[in-house]
Amino acid sequence: MNLRPDPTFHATAQLAMQAPVETYGFVVMLSPDGSQPDGLATVDLDPKSASFGTVVKTLAMPNTGDEFHHFGWNACSSALSPLSGHAFLERRYLIVPGIRSSRIYVIDVKDPMAPVIHKIIEPEEVLAKTGYSRPHTIHCGPEGIYVSTLGGGGADGMDGPPGIFIMDCETFEIIGRYEIDRGKQEKHYDFWWNLPQDYMVSSEWALPPQFENGLVPEDLLSNKYGHAIHFWDLRKRKNIQTIDFGANYQMALEIRPAHDPKKSHGFCGVVVDTTNLQGAVFTWWRGEDGTWQTKKTITIDPRPEDPANLPTLLQGFGAVPPLVTDIDLSLDDRFLYVACWGLGEMHQYDVSDPMNPVLTGKVELGGIGRGTKHPSGGDYAFGPQMVEISRDGKRVYWTNSLYSTWDNQFYPGQEGGQMVMAHVGEKGGMTLDKEFYVTFPKGYRAHQIRLEGGDCSTDSFCYPNV
Amino acid sequence: MGLDAGTLTALWSAVILSGVYHGVNPGMGWPLAVSAGLMEGRHRAMAYAIVALAIGHLLAMLAILLPFSMMTALVQWETELRVVAGALVATVGLYLLLNRRHPRFLARVAPSRLVLWSFLAAMAHGAGLMLVPIYLGICQVDLGSTGHEAAGDLMGQNVASAIVVAFAHTLAMTIAGGAIAMAIYFYLGLRFLSRTWFNLDIVWALSLILVGAFGIFFAVHGH
Repeated sequence: MNLRPDPTFHATAQLAMQAPVETYGFVVMLSPDGSQPDGLATVDLDPKSASFGTVVKTLAMPNTGDEFHHFGWNACSSALSPLSGHAFLERRYLIVPGIRSSRIYVIDVKDPMAPVIHKIIEPEEVLAKTGYSRPHTIHCGPEGIYVSTLGGGGADGMDGPPGIFIMDCETFEIIGRYEIDRGKQEKHYDFWWNLPQDYMVSSEWALPPQFENGLVPEDLLSNKYGHAIHFWDLRKRKNIQTIDFGANYQMALEIRPAHDPKKSHGFCGVVVDTTNLQGAVFTWWRGEDGTWQTKKTITIDPRPEDPANLPTLLQGFGAVPPLVTDIDLSLDDRFLYVACWGLGEMHQYDVSDPMNPVLTGKVELGGIGRGTKHPSGGDYAFGPQMVEISRDGKRVYWTNSLYSTWDNQFYPGQEGGQMVMAHVGEKGGMTLDKEFYVTFPKGYRAHQIRLEGGDCSTDSFCYPNV
Repeated sequence: MGLDAGTLTALWSAVILSGVYHGVNPGMGWPLAVSAGLMEGRHRAMAYAIVALAIGHLLAMLAILLPFSMMTALVQWETELRVVAGALVATVGLYLLLNRRHPRFLARVAPSRLVLWSFLAAMAHGAGLMLVPIYLGICQVDLGSTGHEAAGDLMGQNVASAIVVAFAHTLAMTIAGGAIAMAIYFYLGLRFLSRTWFNLDIVWALSLILVGAFGIFFAVHGH
């Protein structure tokens, strides 16, 4: 508890953009075959530093087979919520779930060069207190830290639907399930909200048997992956509306609401349209009558490819699907970054008009059947995946691994963890930084990135921009 | 009587000062007024929010003071009542000092329900209790200055003064909190929101203990 609010808490997204820039970031490292313990890497992001663009510290976990994926802070700008009246948490701990083991680590990163494990919540406790497994997205909100999960109980996670649970933001004790009325929600993935407007949006990837041992082609072709998003009355904990994008829009993943809480819209990325292999982004917004609406506003075409250059999974199609696996929105709500993990491209769209996104930048890196190298000359395994934007919107960072077993299916034989950075032009556009090419220790892949002092997929702001 | 007049002035000043103190505490809601004004983009929304917060606070004050005003009819137990009230206030202060966890149920209130939020926030933090020893002191001075009256008249008089105390306190609270909210909304900007936000948890708990202790002291030693 501090006497003053943590200086990294900002009332508005605008103020966060003006804050000092990041000097380091954290990236989770996963051992795809579970032969080594997963870990947390500290990456130097200070261009004035001699070790700029390198891993300067790694912290290994005491277990193997966790499969690190997404993670988040114990506290963010949501602590300045006018409803809380107590803004004195510290942004100090990273909550890092193992998506495969269901174990949760709380890591104290007060000194980024000497992170320590503060607490470990064993899978049995998660399951006993929530009935959920396979924890995923972390956000700090009313009442504590919210954690979405992908599985229910039982060995295969199929005993009951997955959902969200809440942890105490100071003791990290699991409080219990979030939902009072989940309505039609049966699958889960990501969630985010607008705190003053008191709504939450959640999405659907798949149930555990559909992803843990790799993508199940029959399930995909019969449209059995998630294809709906759910709108919730945040404080009543009630699903108020479910919107089905259509069964062919398979895997509705990242939910990115506008950062300015005065706005009532956001975006959701869809991995693949099974009718034409396109990738898509939907805009969602609250209509005049108060109900929620969605519209497909971005489509990305597949690229025809010689089957000889394709993994077994795709040979029958003779094409590379874009595979939109992550999206991220800059704090000024202007640029939406769309990772096309299959194509090997990072796209940048100007979404100033959220109903009419305009492609403003594109970078090629890695990719199925293409394998574009980094300008430094280094290899880039897989494709652009988890993307994170600096608060000021001038730098975009991304890593390359999607999920251990899926990497192996789509990029058989490839290995390695890389993180790169692109500079954003004044009017948009992206250029890869030739010097910034981070490689992770041998045998590790890299997934989500978190930046010092918050980034564009962490903080929830409680006051509108002025 | 000169002593009583001086005491009375001091007690009424305490009513006003406690109002100012509650008003500047972000925990009593002024950031909500700023948020309401900015979210709706209208000055009027902020004014409505300030009024809603004031009503909630006033109700919380009355919810605490009125039961005590009923009990003041038991004139012969007057000292005991004031000692017990003081001890209660100090105990709540001590509890808040030792248990620094914040009431989670406040986070369950929807942002649109400002009256309810303000009422619950004041109750959860013992804001009304802080007024009790001061209020009982005022009742005692009134009693001393008018002599022993019929219990019924006395209770009516004390209920009236409870209402006046609650109104005066809430008015001071509203002016203080409203002034900060307006200063940030119109002049200073949201950067000052986090700058002016201090952790008053310990100070608040100590205030309750202090007020409770004073209540007991004056009940035993006279005002």
